[in-house]
Amino acid sequence: MRTIQPRPRRAIPVEVPILAAGLALAGLALAQPLGGYATGIAMQAATCAIAVLGLTIVLGYAGQITLAQASFFGLGAYAVALGTADLGLSFWTAFLMAVAVSAAAGVALGLTSVRLGGHYLAMVTITFQQIFTLVLTNWAEVTHGPDGVPGIPRPELFGHALSDTRHYLAFSLVCLTLAVASVSWLRRTALGRAMEALRDNELAASVNGIDTVRVKVIAFALCATLGGIGGALFASGFAYISPDQFSLAESIVFLTMALLGGVKSALGTLVGASLLIVLPEVLRFLKEVYLAVYGAAVVLIMIFMPDGIWGWVVLFGDRLVRRGPQPRTAGPLRLRREAGDPGDVVLEVRNLAKTFGGLKALDSVDLEVRRNTIHALIGPNGSGKTTFVNVLSGLYRPSGGRIRFGGRDATARAPHVLSGRGLARTFQNIRLFRSMTCLDNVMVGAQRPGNDLSAEGGGVEARALSALDFVGLLDRADALVGDLPYGHQRKVEIARALAADPALLLLDEPAAGLNTTEKGQLVELLRRLKGLGLTILIIEHDMPLVEAVADQITVLNFGQRISDGTPAEVLRDPAVVTAYLGEAHVRAAA
Amino acid sequence: MSALPQLIVAGIGMGSIYALVALGLVLIYRTTNVVNFAQGDFPMVGAFLLVICLFHAGMPYWAGILVALAGMAVFGGLFNLAVYYPLRNRSYLPVLISTLGASIFVQNTVLAAYGPQPANLPPLLPLRGFQVGGVFLDPQYLVIIVVSAALVLLQYLFFEKTYLGKKIQATAQDKETASLIGIPVRWMIMLTFVYSAVLGGVAGILVGPIMYFSIGMGTAIALKAFAATIIGGFGDIRGAILGGLGLGIIENLGAAYISVPYKDAFAFLVLFAFLMVLPQGIFGEKIAEKA
Repeated sequence: MRTIQPRPRRAIPVEVPILAAGLALAGLALAQPLGGYATGIAMQAATCAIAVLGLTIVLGYAGQITLAQASFFGLGAYAVALGTADLGLSFWTAFLMAVAVSAAAGVALGLTSVRLGGHYLAMVTITFQQIFTLVLTNWAEVTHGPDGVPGIPRPELFGHALSDTRHYLAFSLVCLTLAVASVSWLRRTALGRAMEALRDNELAASVNGIDTVRVKVIAFALCATLGGIGGALFASGFAYISPDQFSLAESIVFLTMALLGGVKSALGTLVGASLLIVLPEVLRFLKEVYLAVYGAAVVLIMIFMPDGIWGWVVLFGDRLVRRGPQPRTAGPLRLRREAGDPGDVVLEVRNLAKTFGGLKALDSVDLEVRRNTIHALIGPNGSGKTTFVNVLSGLYRPSGGRIRFGGRDATARAPHVLSGRGLARTFQNIRLFRSMTCLDNVMVGAQRPGNDLSAEGGGVEARALSALDFVGLLDRADALVGDLPYGHQRKVEIARALAADPALLLLDEPAAGLNTTEKGQLVELLRRLKGLGLTILIIEHDMPLVEAVADQITVLNFGQRISDGTPAEVLRDPAVVTAYLGEAHVRAAA
Repeated sequence: MSALPQLIVAGIGMGSIYALVALGLVLIYRTTNVVNFAQGDFPMVGAFLLVICLFHAGMPYWAGILVALAGMAVFGGLFNLAVYYPLRNRSYLPVLISTLGASIFVQNTVLAAYGPQPANLPPLLPLRGFQVGGVFLDPQYLVIIVVSAALVLLQYLFFEKTYLGKKIQATAQDKETASLIGIPVRWMIMLTFVYSAVLGGVAGILVGPIMYFSIGMGTAIALKAFAATIIGGFGDIRGAILGGLGLGIIENLGAAYISVPYKDAFAFLVLFAFLMVLPQGIFGEKIAEKA
């Protein structure tokens, strides 16, 4: 199996060499002037690359497709062009206007598309792009129509006019360098991790405290802003713009640049953008067929370089330099001990109902979970257990009834809100962020809003490492979670929930698919957690496991609670025996 | 207001073209889960193949059509082998980009071979326009409507009544199960691409006589066909037809009564409204993710 070893965290962040190289390049542009034609190409590459970096954020990090990046590029360009040439504003005023307009448009596009994904999202963005082009072409009184806008001035910087194209190129390269470094840095921030979590598994992201709507809108806003900045610099650099430079075809080129270079990394995007600007120039000797060759090259690169050129470079680099796993150290896992007695009601559910069409999946279910107990919810297949957990964690809206959690009403709240109040859960069919490392997965749990322990004890990473250590996977912290065996993935999911310092942990069939040894480890893990003062609601099929750990059991059948009590009471209850084994066994036992 | 029926007929005519391309789009989507962004180039290639047959090879019209459609079948097969098949196990994005690359390739290959001048096809039937109750009707639109309707009917019979049609449907619904019960999935996908390309070719041949077309003609048609599929309900064949016809009529009326320059915007505004209010479209089903 081919695995990509994630690169260990360096002492020097990767942004430092990026900044150094970028500034050196800008210096070189000043010292060693290119010819006029080459300078133009370089300027185009630099300004377009800034716009394409927006796609790194929205597509590479947040996993949302957009085919409207050229319209944001155009918004920025037209804001500067019309602001300076027609309204007589200074460049910098117009530049701020460009940033504001494109960011606002990005927020608007983000808001309209929060409910849509995949091809639908592609189509919304195409629609936005097409209408933008139509307006640019037809609203001639304002936009100058197809003729375009000439005479766009260059800015002044610290009293020095950038009228010399070399100086302007150096300025653009500095802007590009800052953009690459910022986008690269963004990935390591909490926001960046939230975007990646959203990309890999939206549902899991939401129950781990990520407000998916907010993160999507922010991603679109940042993407549009970078597009606008790139466009603003482009307009001023070339002094003339026209609508055909901001068409759907251009959006497609931007998208291709991002994917070609490797959309998940800022540097990859940079490589892709530079290559696709330069490639047509290199292919120009092919005359009429060069665009055909270009199209064919795009197809071939998609087929032979799945992760883009940069992904291929990284893979190759990792083969050359084999790195062992980085040694990690972790402190003990701490959990918040809340004021109040053990035995207080943490979760109170009254008359909870959920119907799907005519089907009553849950029918007036009552349940109380007391602090520092392990409460098991059992029932035959189709009895409504998973529906119950989904309603509790906010993924489904209840059709009736009330939920109180931690003394406050928690009925029909959004998943991320409940997560923020200390509700954590795992899924029956594991939902991890598959393309991220174990550590990053658990860090997403640790960074949930309102997690004071992350803030106190050395930050989110330290908190995540202790949670991984607690489940025995510290040595796999830097492994990609998708490469781990199934049993380990279950543990990572539990670690992610633990890192969030939950007031209540919901485990949805944690033993499913585990072998006997692993089940034994799970029992031991649950006991240790109880020892730390945690409250757990566990849904399970495995009766020996339930008997081994549960303080209290609630039994569901056909969406109704049929029994509730200590394990000894519940397992002797005739109603429970009937539900599991049928009528005859009750009579036989009697 | 006497122009209204005429506008509607022309709208249905253009809408039939969108519907045919949308049908091809939906068929490919159903078997491969991929939206083919080069779908609009199928009519373009079909129309240009016919132009070459008629004006450069000097064939009679009927022979030209046969050769052009046979050419489209080959083209669809090659398209599958070069653009989709190597990427079949990857997520939708690489395939989407691959089809975009293919679109650039196809358009520019035709450009290199034929040149940038727009082309036009002679009318399919040598009929003159005629008046029905004071309404002037262009027979070309009637040809488009009749041929499209016949094709839709044939396709329905093929998918519902023939064994091969059912095998393709099974492939579309569940590739793994289909291959487990012995359906050669690979060939079903191949067949889908071939048929879809022929369908696109027919659309191109039908639209050729009513407009001057150039290598870029496909982009606009493809976008509207795509819009039609979303309006109708993604992946639904009835939806693709209804959506295509609806869009054709709406944009024709919009252009006549509201604004000509913004003709292309009407389709997108309708689409936008649907995406906001009823994203699953007219016939689509709500997709809920199971936790």
